[in-house]
Amino acid sequence: MYTISNRLKIGSIILMAVGFLGIVGGFLAAPSTVEEAKEMVAAHAGDDHGGEHAAEASGHGDAAAHEGDHGASHDEHLLHQLQNKPWAALYVAAFFFMMISLGALAFYAIQRAAQAGWSPLLFRVMEGITSYLVPGGIIVFVILVLSVLHMNHLFVWMDPEVVAHDALLQGKAGYLDPTFFLIRAAIFLGGWIAYREYSRKLSLAQDDADDNKNFKLNFRISAAFLVFYLISESIMSWDWIMSVDPHWFSTLFGWYIFASMFVSGITVIAMVTIYLKSKEHLPEVNDSHIHDLAKFMFGISIFWTYLWFSQFMLIWYSNIPEEVTYYVTRIADYKLPFFGMIAMNFVFPLLLLMNSDYKRINWFVVLAGIVILAGHYLDIFNAIMPATVGDQWYIGLTEISAILFFAGLFIFWVFRAIAAAPLLPKRNPFIEESKHFHY
Amino acid sequence: MASKVIQAYYNDDDVLMHAVKKVKAAKHHIDEVYCPFPVHGLDKAMGLAPTRIAITSFLYGCVGLAVATVMMNYIMIEDWPQDIGGKPSFSYLENMPAFVPIMFELTVFFAAHLMVITFYLRSRLWPFKKAENPDVRTTDDHFVMEIEIHGNESELKDLLAETGALEINISEKDSH
Repeated sequence: MYTISNRLKIGSIILMAVGFLGIVGGFLAAPSTVEEAKEMVAAHAGDDHGGEHAAEASGHGDAAAHEGDHGASHDEHLLHQLQNKPWAALYVAAFFFMMISLGALAFYAIQRAAQAGWSPLLFRVMEGITSYLVPGGIIVFVILVLSVLHMNHLFVWMDPEVVAHDALLQGKAGYLDPTFFLIRAAIFLGGWIAYREYSRKLSLAQDDADDNKNFKLNFRISAAFLVFYLISESIMSWDWIMSVDPHWFSTLFGWYIFASMFVSGITVIAMVTIYLKSKEHLPEVNDSHIHDLAKFMFGISIFWTYLWFSQFMLIWYSNIPEEVTYYVTRIADYKLPFFGMIAMNFVFPLLLLMNSDYKRINWFVVLAGIVILAGHYLDIFNAIMPATVGDQWYIGLTEISAILFFAGLFIFWVFRAIAAAPLLPKRNPFIEESKHFHY
Repeated sequence: MASKVIQAYYNDDDVLMHAVKKVKAAKHHIDEVYCPFPVHGLDKAMGLAPTRIAITSFLYGCVGLAVATVMMNYIMIEDWPQDIGGKPSFSYLENMPAFVPIMFELTVFFAAHLMVITFYLRSRLWPFKKAENPDVRTTDDHFVMEIEIHGNESELKDLLAETGALEINISEKDSH
């Protein structure tokens, strides 16, 4: 039985506290008036401005600023971008960590549905990681509710005034409707969390069972969940990510986001497993298990690149204005994160994890994992930021604080869940095969 | 030059693996094991050096990538400049995304084909070559372990009989 070490607990609480202070600081530093926004951009420093009213003023800009003159509307736009910045930073980090646990949940469901023989030893690690879906999903949902309540401008289509002047958005109004949007989000999160909790319950019940009833039921619900997941994940990616650019659309966007969350989830499974092994837990997990996880990290990294490139090349080649603008903005304003992400998510894991022997060296896997995770954070960053903050992006106080806060929460929650149950699913019918897994 | 070898026959890969480990433990050098299908872990048990084919494969892949780059640059940019995707920049780098599928395919093509050819050369396999396996049964359901004899015939015979060999033969063999 694993117990969470004090160092880890205190470390995660410190991360949360520091992150929380940073996020609050980021919100306070956001400008509340057009003049402040202009000054901030002129001074290239945002720390000495903004007052205690900054956070609440981040709703609608005051009507007085709607003067019709182009310069004024540009300044208004700038103000909204800077007010969006802390929200977008919060949203990207919240989504990223939720996505890790959702990716791990998909991996777990596949292991269950495939009745894989090698992985049951890792089920408790995966269940620990997916436990974060409850707080992580709820936080993302709360941010979406706040967006619908016009606390921020992450989703421009939620602003009735924008829709009134936009024929394309009027055409999509039936789908991009705030209430319908929240209902969809609630159904998706509800379904994912319900599967996670039920499967975990059956997994624990199987430990003390005399027959394989729980195991078989778990197999069935996992297969059913995968069908639900494929559909809901795809729609979720349109809703929560693609709709920040409501004019633009890509038909393989759901797959693309899936690849990102899948590789992040598997990477975290490998990293947590290696951590627990280094603390003398999971004695039966051997190099071959790590090798298999690393093969998935390698393979899904290439799969992600394939989807990224499939989306990019067709749009780049056809050069249709309403499509290509998506990449033109990113290459013009986000050159470093945009191309840096490809190096981190493709070239680095490709070269580092290509050799079969390196997939068995734990620190190698951890090193590759850190770069992969940072790269996929950038992936979500590149997806959300251009539409919400435009060229005012910066990986500064709020962005890093949001990562720290959610990383702290993630570590705390995941290891608490891992400590809640024995690490060995002892009555799983495949546990012997998993113990003897050898490649 | 001909040498004398002892050949032990098995009909189960598990028994064969145990036999190989036992023979290695008794410090005998196993010349060859003929199998109807690849036996997992046999190379390690026999103490064969790890394969270097992966390194050649990586290098061939690099060659393929370079060939694709040079070839597309010559065809599409230098020899007969093409307007690619309505962007007549006539620069390889700016048109690179259009060439990625070709670069990828040639990398795979070179790595795969040259690796197979290397494997055939290194294993001395070519068309119409006379088969080296001593018994046709090794292409069906039997495994044969072959050990060279250096005046220790009876000792080897006893050892191999202990390991569960179905049949033990002594034969003359031309070394290649």
